[in-house]
Amino acid sequence: MEPLVHINNLSVSYFTYAGEVQSVRGISFNIEKGKTTALVGESGCGKSVTSKSLLGLIEKPGVIKQGSEILYEGKNILEFTEKEWLHFRGKECSMIFQDALVSLNPTMMIGKQIMENLQNHNKDNLPTGEIRRKAKEMLDLVGIPDAEACLNKYPHELSGGMRQRVMIATALITNPKLLIADEPTTALDVTIQAQILELMKELQKKLGMAIIMITHDLGVVADMADEIVVMYAGKIVEKGSNEEIFYNPRHPYTWALMNSVPRLDLDSKQELVTIEGTIPDMIQPPKGCAFCSRCPYAMNICAQHMPQNTDLGDGHQVACWLTDPRADVSHVPFLTGGAVNV
Amino acid sequence: MSNRPVDLEVKNLCKYYNAGRKRVLKAVDDVSFVIYKGETLGIVGESGCGKTTCGKTCIGMLEKTGGTVTYQGKDVHSLSKQERFDFSGKVQMIFQDPYASLDPHQKVYDIVAEGIRIHKLAKDKAQEERMVLELLDMVGLNAEHAMRNVHEFSGGQRQRIGIARALAVEPEFLFCDEPISALDVSIQAQIINLLMKLQKQRELTMLFIAHDLSMVKHISDRIAVMYLGNLVELANSADLYKNPLHPYTGALLSAVPIADPKASRQRQKVMLTGDVPSPVNPPAGCRFSGRCSRCMDVCSQKKPELKEVEPGHFVACHLY
Repeated sequence: MEPLVHINNLSVSYFTYAGEVQSVRGISFNIEKGKTTALVGESGCGKSVTSKSLLGLIEKPGVIKQGSEILYEGKNILEFTEKEWLHFRGKECSMIFQDALVSLNPTMMIGKQIMENLQNHNKDNLPTGEIRRKAKEMLDLVGIPDAEACLNKYPHELSGGMRQRVMIATALITNPKLLIADEPTTALDVTIQAQILELMKELQKKLGMAIIMITHDLGVVADMADEIVVMYAGKIVEKGSNEEIFYNPRHPYTWALMNSVPRLDLDSKQELVTIEGTIPDMIQPPKGCAFCSRCPYAMNICAQHMPQNTDLGDGHQVACWLTDPRADVSHVPFLTGGAVNV
Repeated sequence: MSNRPVDLEVKNLCKYYNAGRKRVLKAVDDVSFVIYKGETLGIVGESGCGKTTCGKTCIGMLEKTGGTVTYQGKDVHSLSKQERFDFSGKVQMIFQDPYASLDPHQKVYDIVAEGIRIHKLAKDKAQEERMVLELLDMVGLNAEHAMRNVHEFSGGQRQRIGIARALAVEPEFLFCDEPISALDVSIQAQIINLLMKLQKQRELTMLFIAHDLSMVKHISDRIAVMYLGNLVELANSADLYKNPLHPYTGALLSAVPIADPKASRQRQKVMLTGDVPSPVNPPAGCRFSGRCSRCMDVCSQKKPELKEVEPGHFVACHLY
């Protein structure tokens, strides 16, 4: 099946006074129709910048570099004119943000905000009454009790979970094919988070949109994702299906990330796996693998040469020198490419 | 566990705020628990449930409205000036936001040394320096970091400075208020490992507050669950997970996402409907009654008392 979005060699840099910050350094991945793709990584790894590029929201001093390509249904959206962007944003692709209180307009009633999105993309020239009816339908769909009354409320009158529902309603009223969710539940309590995640899954089944889920919470990823893309320092270190990444991680970073969170359902009190050190400076990213200074299994070659993507089948790809048949992997606690050890 | 000496005892603690227009916000309402010497007690709950207020009142950072808190036999809220001074040498705190809780005008050395100077723990400058460097080394920073300013450090490193500062006066009791919420996942594990190592080395008693249930379970011996200012359940951390008695605890635990796709799909989820009600106008009787799936008539009339249902397992619910 043709993917909905094909991102090819995307590079984004921010030209600051200190120098060129290379936020995203040549990443490629696909977003399948109706599936959830999770972008995982620490803060500063470029996951939000990637999602912003998809909506054409990179602003100065940020620049999408030459040679980058984002194909949406076969068209390169990076070559869009401003008019085409206006049609694309909100209609084809919507976004929901982390902090609903900041993202909603505090001086505008909920109903008006939801209707605004559809009014901007009103191709069928629906009358205002009809749009309002659709807005109410949407609020019902996202599980807001007494939707009619909610249309005339202001954002401050709602709780955090309700605001997030309103934002989802606003994003989905145009029936977009792609929904970008940037840390949609980070600001919420766990019980509310569970409600919102359940809602997103339900809406995906009903409306069939693809979701890009940006998060650092691996629990949320395990629950939601079909495909996982693990990013580190502006590069994709590993990507694959949910099960592959969780049960068969091949990159030391992925492996450490998976083992650095305690499991609520397991009874072990053993020490958590930590990743020592901090992320590298993106103004002068390392010549070789960006993770090598923090990697306990780093070899000489890692600091010198960038590892290439190794294909492990079923769409599972990893960029690590440990997958090279010449690497000594006897001390590595996880599987590497081809070699088998415990 | 119970034959251990009690370090901190909280009895019927209340902390009310005036919410204006003659309304009272009961942030902490009639909470009682004990912390044994050398154990880690975790408090979990959603935002606004009063866990931070409870912790801060316990160590005397906030005035109480009612009840008593005794630390090693002394009432925390009626200490004399000298006792208060000694108390601050025994009880220290680690804060949530490592960006806001360190003085940006001071060098790391001075931040860590301040407690040593105030409590006159060093005989001379040389000993002070030795102590500071030892502390920095203990939390994984080195001597070269000592003369730097705070803004040069990352969040995880700042939290380490905060821990070094708290440990400088050689405290016996550490109050950690969401020490990892502001940090990245890989850094969280570093800080948790560090806290657990230090606790073992120094036999610290800890009160650990966080909303991340898996982390709290990992670090705590016992866990207290709070809901809207009330303590609803208190148990050994393994028991609490295996056998949550209060309906709220069950729902809270099942809402925590598990980083394992198969386990995550298989498990039964208890979805809570609605939001936490306003603490200014909480429901009568059990405060959870409006959202509880097993609510009975008595729940909306009478407030349940905290009872010991199994040895060491306390719950406040009419079902038991």
